[in-house]
Amino acid sequence: MTTTEILEMITVVIDGFEVSVPKGTLVIRAAEQLGIQIPRFCDHPLLEPVGACRQCLVDIEINGRAFPKPQASCTIPVEPGMIIKTQLTSDVADKAQKGVMELLLINHPLDCPVCDKGGECPLQNQAMSTGRSESRFSGTKRSFEKPVSISSQVLLDRERCVLCARCTRFSDQIASDPFITLNERGALQQVGIYENAPFKSYFSGNTVQICPVGALTGTSYRFRARPFDLVSTPSACEHCASGCDMRTDVRRGKTLRRLAGDDASVNEEWNCDKGRWAFKYVTAIDRLKHPLVRNDAGVLVEASWPEALAVAAQGLKANASAVLVGGRATYEDAYGYSKFARIALNTNDIDFRSRLSSDEEREFLASHVVGSTTTYRDIDRADHVLLVGFEPEEESPIVFLRLNKQSRKRALKVTAIASKLSIGVEKLKGDFVKTAPGQEAIAITRQVLSAKSVILVGERACESAGALSAVAALADTTGAKIAWIPRRAGERGALQAGAIAHLLPGARLVSDVAAREDIAAFWGVDSLPSTPGRSSDEIIAAVHSGAIGALVVGGVDPLDGAHIPESLAALEKAFVVALEIAPSEVTMRADVVLPVAAITEKSGSFLNWEGRARSFDAAVLDSLNRSDLRILSMIAQEMGAAINFSTVTAAAREIATLGTWDGARASMTPVSAPDMPVLAAHEFILNSWRRLLDLGTLQKGEENLAGTARQTIAVISPKRAQIMEVVDGDLLKISTAQGSVTLAALVEDIHDDAIWAPRNSRGSQLLVHLGVGHGAVVRVTKI
Amino acid sequence: MKLVPVLSAHWDEKDSFTIQAYTRHDGYKASQKALAMEPDALIQLVKDSGLRGRGGAGFPTGMKWGFIPQGDNKEHYLVVNADESEPGTCKDTPLMMANPHVLIEGCIIAAHAIRAKTAFIYIRGELTHVVRRVNQAIEDAYKAGHLGKGIEIILHVGAGAYICGEETALLDSLEGFRGQPRLRPPFPAIAGLYGMPTVVNNVESIASVPAIVLHGAEWYQSMGTEKSKGTTMYSLSGHVKNPGQFEAPLGITLRELLELAGGVREGHRLKFWTPGGSSTPIFTDAHLDIPLDYEGVAAAGSMLGTKALQIFDETTSIIRAVLRWTEFYKHESCGKCTPCREGTWWLVQILRDLDAGVGTEEDLNKLLDICDNIAGRSFCALADGAVAPIISSLKYFRQEYLDQLANKGPLFDPDESTLFAPAKVGA
Repeated sequence: MTTTEILEMITVVIDGFEVSVPKGTLVIRAAEQLGIQIPRFCDHPLLEPVGACRQCLVDIEINGRAFPKPQASCTIPVEPGMIIKTQLTSDVADKAQKGVMELLLINHPLDCPVCDKGGECPLQNQAMSTGRSESRFSGTKRSFEKPVSISSQVLLDRERCVLCARCTRFSDQIASDPFITLNERGALQQVGIYENAPFKSYFSGNTVQICPVGALTGTSYRFRARPFDLVSTPSACEHCASGCDMRTDVRRGKTLRRLAGDDASVNEEWNCDKGRWAFKYVTAIDRLKHPLVRNDAGVLVEASWPEALAVAAQGLKANASAVLVGGRATYEDAYGYSKFARIALNTNDIDFRSRLSSDEEREFLASHVVGSTTTYRDIDRADHVLLVGFEPEEESPIVFLRLNKQSRKRALKVTAIASKLSIGVEKLKGDFVKTAPGQEAIAITRQVLSAKSVILVGERACESAGALSAVAALADTTGAKIAWIPRRAGERGALQAGAIAHLLPGARLVSDVAAREDIAAFWGVDSLPSTPGRSSDEIIAAVHSGAIGALVVGGVDPLDGAHIPESLAALEKAFVVALEIAPSEVTMRADVVLPVAAITEKSGSFLNWEGRARSFDAAVLDSLNRSDLRILSMIAQEMGAAINFSTVTAAAREIATLGTWDGARASMTPVSAPDMPVLAAHEFILNSWRRLLDLGTLQKGEENLAGTARQTIAVISPKRAQIMEVVDGDLLKISTAQGSVTLAALVEDIHDDAIWAPRNSRGSQLLVHLGVGHGAVVRVTKI
Repeated sequence: MKLVPVLSAHWDEKDSFTIQAYTRHDGYKASQKALAMEPDALIQLVKDSGLRGRGGAGFPTGMKWGFIPQGDNKEHYLVVNADESEPGTCKDTPLMMANPHVLIEGCIIAAHAIRAKTAFIYIRGELTHVVRRVNQAIEDAYKAGHLGKGIEIILHVGAGAYICGEETALLDSLEGFRGQPRLRPPFPAIAGLYGMPTVVNNVESIASVPAIVLHGAEWYQSMGTEKSKGTTMYSLSGHVKNPGQFEAPLGITLRELLELAGGVREGHRLKFWTPGGSSTPIFTDAHLDIPLDYEGVAAAGSMLGTKALQIFDETTSIIRAVLRWTEFYKHESCGKCTPCREGTWWLVQILRDLDAGVGTEEDLNKLLDICDNIAGRSFCALADGAVAPIISSLKYFRQEYLDQLANKGPLFDPDESTLFAPAKVGA
């Protein structure tokens, strides 16, 4: 923090001990400073106080004047001269707390032996500390049907609920998804959903985590484990670039659940449902267990590690080789690929962008992103946040929560340059600058920002020519900060590690002799290749032209990119060494397949969009699988060009000693926006993004999660709908020369020239079926 | 002491509820006078009059108005609490039926005083007749030009929840949310309806204002006792010969009121009574001469509340009466906080046992201990009210509880306490 915030401190006495806390601190938290734990249920530090459960009653006097009744310490901020007596020193407070606990328990079922929460339950724990050993209640307990499903992934047991309203407050105050509310009154009060409107929030899992009893449970975890049988490992989320701190709970080698970790500067205590529940892919897919080598008959057969490594090394040595690494590699693995390309393959032909990308983007990343220091804190302090090619709720949910927090707290101004008004932007009360797909650059140029503004640029911005140039120019003229927020967790780290053609690790330019010498010396090699490298698209083209004969491919899904037929053909043509966790479109076409560790089986780190390291340990300890960089190291050794990574820790240590670089930085050649295409009557310009919950590979095997995905629809504007005589629910066929998809129509606020459809949802895999992405002209007909 | 009809002066006229009748009796003259006054002077006048809130708590009305921040460039709102739902309380309902215009005129004056352009009248949902009548009166007042010239009145009908009589729950309900009390601070005077400075007043408080404006603070001061000024409605119900509304200066006693009402029903004697609705600790025949003003009742261990005097004669089982009240509170508990939600659930079960004569003396101690764990521990005053009859009944009638337990069954025939039971003259 560069500025010192002067906080007014207030001194109070709690149970005879003085404590000074910032003005506005609640009594319950001032007590925590002294290590005095006042029991509580409804209180949550990130939710507004409600004072409903009454468990935290304490005696308070101010300047000699005592409150006549015990007060809820979770609702009262400290005041000068306050003397507080908790259950430790006040008989009244102690009796009040015991009384409330007894009342909470009269209607609570004796489910503990079968309850998921048993063993980690605040009610259980506090009943032990504050309850009586024998119940005085001999009446009839309130009973409900149990459990009821409030979404496919959350179950509600109303008998267990203590009505603290944490879940409903979270949904309203944090996620702005008030799909659940309290209904009825008195002892029949209960959490509920609206009729036929399930709890379809992307953040619903947080309610399960903050429920202080076993009332809300995750469908997938229910009855699967007791907390005391689990081994917990701090981890980081691999699903997106938000960088959530996580906890992975494993029992006997199997991940059973993941929870949001507590990191005030990143995800606070929240995460999204994908991060929480999408982890079964590791076990749901048919994992590769042994190396495979393509034999003389052209069939992939199991091989020993020495044999596979030898074949791989031989093939790579015999050809001009390039590296394609997916955006999900860890920072250390990406660094391994970067070093492997330069030393073992003697090439700069490496690109982590195994997706739609552009040369403009590559320049933008080198000139404006690598080494960028924009953080969540900048969002907290921004006067205006501009969203370009970025839907925070779908593409980086924790960024959405942070924007939402500021939007609710201080009406942060948010402007979205987009073609369609999204649910997320609507919740942020953002200004929607309606733009034809492909014409974003002009809209960006018109924005008025200040040095306190932040531009959040999604990776999709590269799909609109000129947009990134316009962003760079806008930031350069206004002083606004840029944050590039890719979808995949590994992209920022891969950029920083130099897993891209024109950059070496640590923002060093390949074209800069001094930078090359610096890294060559650091790596202990004579020199590094100086020929400019190719982008992923260029690498594919070079395979077809014969300039490249071999590929090292790690964690790439060719169906994620443009030119899918060309990519698949290139994989067929080249000698391919694939590093993968499971059989894929790549391994099917590879010559050598080397199994690697999945995220829970290895240690490492991701750099989130801020560039902040999110490190994690292996959660599953008995896996025999190894991280990519260990395998790359073995291939390199076999090739006679050592890159020397004995462990992930060694790689991390090497990265840490790399040092900063103050040499030449890249500049950017502006690209101008294309002209607006002329559209025929049935033509639209395609606009699309991936939804948080869709057909992504990492969501495989989690049907309960998939059940809360948003509906697959095609969105057109009211004006076009009228012309085409389309109403909600009519079927629209979107077609290109390559193919078509047919989707139900939804008439909404979207640019008249645009049609929106999800990019990778059930029934709408646009890259596969249409072969085009953002900005392409498509034909739409009502069927 | 005698009846002093001010609010109820013309209730016996056939057309008392019409604007014609109201105008005939100097109606809308007070608002004319008030609108010509400085708002601050009006607030001072009401402060000087000593008028205190008639909704139960007795907070000085003028002082409440004075809490509204002035010159803050915000909308201010006046909200009239007409959610009369307390068992025994039945004063606002007849007032709005018999003279809705005095409420409307009071709203005009109060809105002017607190610089509000809009007043809301929140009427309990079950009171269909009252809603119709007040609606008609508002319409007539608009036609006559009393409303619509800077001050608007919006009538809102509740959905029938006792908790919505709690002012912040009322505001939530008025905003369209479930009626549950809000956390205070902020108090409604700072952030009330839609987050704006808001005064919430009882019907009778607002209806008392026109007379004060017309006749002056001194006139109002001349009635009542030292700290409880003016006249008020005393509602007598239950085992009394002529139940109904009795408007008298504050400080009158039950003995006097019973005389005016013809006494306890023929052939019976007073057993216990509530001074201000079921939420106020009960009194017995030992309290007949307590002055029924805020201080007098408080000194005797109860609250003046809404001056709803429910009279019970010796045919009534105290346990059965307390059970009925407790069932009411259990039904009406909003559910927000633990002590009230769970406590009333439990209390009903215990009282049902006691009413059936099941239990031991230990259960009475347990009952009192649970009451102690509820009173003063809950979010709002509803639960305090819920335990008041239980604690006070055990204070005065513990022996009856013990007798019932010893009897292992009810001591009283419930039919005896009905009003249609044959009178036992001379018994």
